[in-house]
Amino acid sequence: MVLFALLRLLPGDPANALLGVGATDAQIAAARAQVGSDQPLLVQFTDFVGKLARFDLGTSFVSNTPVLPEIGNRLSVTLPLTIFGFLLAIVIAVPLGIVSAVKVRTWYGATISVVSQLGIAIPVFWLGILLVTAFAVNLHIFPSGGFPLQGWADFGQAATSLVLPVVTIALVIAASLLRYVRSATQDVIGSDYLRTARALGSGYVAALLRHGLRNGAVPVISILGIELATSFLGAVVIEKVYALPGLGSMLLLAISQRDYPDVQGVLFVSTLLVLLIGFAADLVQRLIDPRLRGQVHTA
Amino acid sequence: MTALAETAVAPARRGSWTLWAGIVLVGIHVLVALLTLVWTPYDPTALVGHRLEGPSLLHWAGTDRLGRDFFTAIMIGSRIALIVGIGAVAIGAAIGVTLGVLAAFATRLLDDALAAAFDILIAFPTLLIAMLVVAATEASLGSSILALGIALSAVIARLTRIVAKRVLTLDFITAARTAGASWPSIVIEHILPNIWPTLAVNFALQFGIAVIAEASLSYLGLGAPPPNSSWGYLLQAAQGTVYTAPIAAFAPGIALVSLVIGVNLLADGLRDIADPTRRGVV
Repeated sequence: MVLFALLRLLPGDPANALLGVGATDAQIAAARAQVGSDQPLLVQFTDFVGKLARFDLGTSFVSNTPVLPEIGNRLSVTLPLTIFGFLLAIVIAVPLGIVSAVKVRTWYGATISVVSQLGIAIPVFWLGILLVTAFAVNLHIFPSGGFPLQGWADFGQAATSLVLPVVTIALVIAASLLRYVRSATQDVIGSDYLRTARALGSGYVAALLRHGLRNGAVPVISILGIELATSFLGAVVIEKVYALPGLGSMLLLAISQRDYPDVQGVLFVSTLLVLLIGFAADLVQRLIDPRLRGQVHTA
Repeated sequence: MTALAETAVAPARRGSWTLWAGIVLVGIHVLVALLTLVWTPYDPTALVGHRLEGPSLLHWAGTDRLGRDFFTAIMIGSRIALIVGIGAVAIGAAIGVTLGVLAAFATRLLDDALAAAFDILIAFPTLLIAMLVVAATEASLGSSILALGIALSAVIARLTRIVAKRVLTLDFITAARTAGASWPSIVIEHILPNIWPTLAVNFALQFGIAVIAEASLSYLGLGAPPPNSSWGYLLQAAQGTVYTAPIAAFAPGIALVSLVIGVNLLADGLRDIADPTRRGVV
């Protein structure tokens, strides 16, 4: 409903976006009838909710193609992009975060902290531009942007054009994730149960892995859920940097063209995915921490 | 035990240098921003050189694709970024603190409803909310600031609610209530002074987030048009000329990162002052 209200606030009638400047009044009236913007708001709203319940996202005002298949197309770029970026971020951030917490007073522990501090201050798009400059413009290793028209049918081409975007997303997520992993690890290190395990003769690394991992993972996983949702919705910037035909660029285009069905469709699908991710994160937390089971979830 | 003693000493040292580094970095940007009000090396709109000149003594960061001085544009970017950060945090704080305190005081039902609303809003990235709000108005500096303020308010509201609730359970609140204090006076005299340090640290962090988000909006073409254009706009323009004028793709980014790191360090330093028991916690 919030979605619907916000979209109707966009100034300008979508019918105007469809037609050129020189359209006659009759043409405008016909276009308004076609997109339904001549109907009262309440009718538009009930229509919208009814179709949503049947997963009918309508057809685009501008290109006149159904919204749902188009979203599916776009997801084939955005999903691999965020998922691989996210996995790579975990691979980078978790070990580095643990090391930087355990080895606070060594030079590499400090370096990791400084670099992550730098990482959260860098805007995604600038990092992207820098990587393009280094790897595409100067070294010519990867393409600077774009995606093959045939999509994944041209697998090699599609995969190479996603390498730099994935690395960019991964570095940005890793920088903020690392801080959470580090502080979770610090909490574990300071805990009584770890001291007890050590006193009972367990080795430092063994105690950390056996007792610390499970305890430290709980707060980190809720952050992981938020980060995944953010990077999924935030893909709009990365897709612009690398000129990728993903969900984010669809949203950006749809907003500028006042293409309500497209905007609604993208936001609806992303909201659904974000809720699913949140739910999954909750579930994993309960699996890891028995204390959370059977307890009403309060955020 | 030696390890414990060391961690007790380390944060104080770390706190002082982060605070000073933060003050220096932010201070430079504030000075530059103030300077642009009275003087810039060149007129920001005048064509003062050839197109896409490299850095030289005359043009420290070269010229843009129309021949305008690029260093001037970066200096003005400092002013824009500070206006955006301060404006967005002010709006976010006004809405967020009000709603947060309201939720903390409200009945169970209203509190739950507000808390759920904050959580839903937080699940959406600042940038996405701002994109929609900007699209609903028009691209200008004012609408960007408003959009970011609204987007930040949910985070601030949630934090305010949590810390205010914590303070509300304390004995001196019960004492004040018993003494017959009205709830507005409890908020002003007891709640706000106690939650202020935590909020101030968070405002500094939100400032950095707002500056990055505005740059991203400008980069996407949804930001303020020139002459109010930010570093994000400069970078977007520079991406097209990255082959011929690489410096333009670096300089605004460095300016942006230095400001954001500055406020983050400042926040770290402030946090260590506000709460010496908290160390290295994000």
